[in-house]
Amino acid sequence: MERTRKPVVRGWFTEDDGAEGGFRLLGTRCTACGSVFFPREDAYCRDPRCAGGGELAEVPLSPRGRVWSYTDGRYRPPAPYVSDPAAPWEPYTLVAVELEAERMVVLGQTVPGVGVGDLAVGMEVEVVPGVLDQDADTTWTTWRFRPVAGQR
Amino acid sequence: MSPVAAGGSADVAVLGVGMHPWGKWGRSFVEYGRAAARAALDDAGLEWTDVQSVVGADTVRGGYPGYVAGATFARALGWQGARVTSVYAACASGAQAIGAARAQILAGLADVVLVVGADAAPKGFFAPAGGDRPDDPDWLRFRVLGATNPAYFGLYARRRMALYGDTPEDFAQVKVKNAAAGALNPNARYRRPVSAEEVAASPVVADPLRLLDICATSDGGAALVLAGMDFARARGVADPVRIRAVSTVTPTYPRTVLDLPDIATDSAAGGGGSATAGSGAGGSRAGGSGAGASLPEDSFRRSIARAAYEEAGIGPEDLSLAEVYDLSTALELEWYEDIGLCGAGEGAKLVREGATALGGRTPVNASGGLASFGEAVPAQAIAQVCELAWQLRGRAGQRQVPGARVGITANQGLFGHGSAVVAVR
Repeated sequence: MERTRKPVVRGWFTEDDGAEGGFRLLGTRCTACGSVFFPREDAYCRDPRCAGGGELAEVPLSPRGRVWSYTDGRYRPPAPYVSDPAAPWEPYTLVAVELEAERMVVLGQTVPGVGVGDLAVGMEVEVVPGVLDQDADTTWTTWRFRPVAGQR
Repeated sequence: MSPVAAGGSADVAVLGVGMHPWGKWGRSFVEYGRAAARAALDDAGLEWTDVQSVVGADTVRGGYPGYVAGATFARALGWQGARVTSVYAACASGAQAIGAARAQILAGLADVVLVVGADAAPKGFFAPAGGDRPDDPDWLRFRVLGATNPAYFGLYARRRMALYGDTPEDFAQVKVKNAAAGALNPNARYRRPVSAEEVAASPVVADPLRLLDICATSDGGAALVLAGMDFARARGVADPVRIRAVSTVTPTYPRTVLDLPDIATDSAAGGGGSATAGSGAGGSRAGGSGAGASLPEDSFRRSIARAAYEEAGIGPEDLSLAEVYDLSTALELEWYEDIGLCGAGEGAKLVREGATALGGRTPVNASGGLASFGEAVPAQAIAQVCELAWQLRGRAGQRQVPGARVGITANQGLFGHGSAVVAVR
């Protein structure tokens, strides 16, 4: 039986499969003051200077940004992170990316195969769809970052 | 202006301090808290029945969150009807407890207040509470990213390396320094010197940080007996250690430095007005010349110390010593900058020069710090003040900072809880 693809968190990124080019993180923008939020705020604007009265509209975030910092996880993290305790631990790489237009730092895992040795602070990266983990029925999808081709 | 002469009308006296030694004892946090409280009462020369109010800093462990700690400690000491307050602010719980106790004293609600914090920590990574809670940022960062606390410490450390040229060897020097101090502290969990080679030989946990760069989790308890200045004088304590400031500030929007347990910062691109990122918090922290450094980094941590200095009427130049939250070695270097011991990017230089070691210009973590204690969350900010009290009384034994008159503690609790205390004598 084929697994169903589901986002690990609904509403944080586009769910169109297929063409990678259209994949984006999704935030919200306050229509009164223009502040952008990720993870999305749907109930209220958190900018204390906002005059209020606006709505929070979904907005795709910059597809690219620059590496703010990076690290990796050499030890298996505790639940609710999902990993197979029977399999040897494979470190994953975390990268904090300052998105171009929003000037907001967003954390994500890199695509498989990109380790700390492949990254540098200031490097340009792009957001792409990825798979976080799978269980019997579901493939849980997520966002990942990868260096923009032609660097280094 | 003498820092000690400045202000003072809002001082409270530290009449007693006490700790249960840090370790991995395998007993209930209540036992550690009770032992620390008894030690603090003995130190103050007061009876438990003299205490009019007890403030507990809560743990989240032990079932019903820390049995909602204040009353649990009161019960363990024997019900005597004291007013009770219980506070939780993650790592900043202790400062909140001290702040609540001080407010009661200054408001005339109590003359003598007992502040207690204790924890019995699980082994390994701190993990979020169980169950599926997709609306909880702390749950989400583990579920979606596997972002443990050391992962954030790794991010900060790597960024320092890129912006300021810090090296893993600089980070190791912080451990070497703190281990040397902790070896002199009978309440510390780790009491032996550590060499830079040992740090370098320990396994990487979150690149670039190694096991010995990252603080452990511990059991422990700490307590303070606080009192009004008039009460202290009436008991013949003419020159007690005084708490002169308690900073429990929140961040200022937009918060542009990625912080636990967040998956993203606020947007610095502006919204509600023309204000630029970091405004309103005074002084932008230049990000250095490195690429990717475009965000102004006037950090929340910096504002925590600034509020404490303003309230106390002192500045970093007045400090005899500081206790800062060295969750990692690299983070201690950040604190040097955030409490104003040096400019941005100069933290590593201080540790290289020995300025923050015992015998240096401004010793930092003379207690041995988290590097020697491990973190017992709700007790830790109280333990920091215990160390200041011992130092300011001149009773810190082999780790005594000569002539100590003014100290600051600094710390930060998850989700935006500031914590800093200024004590003087």
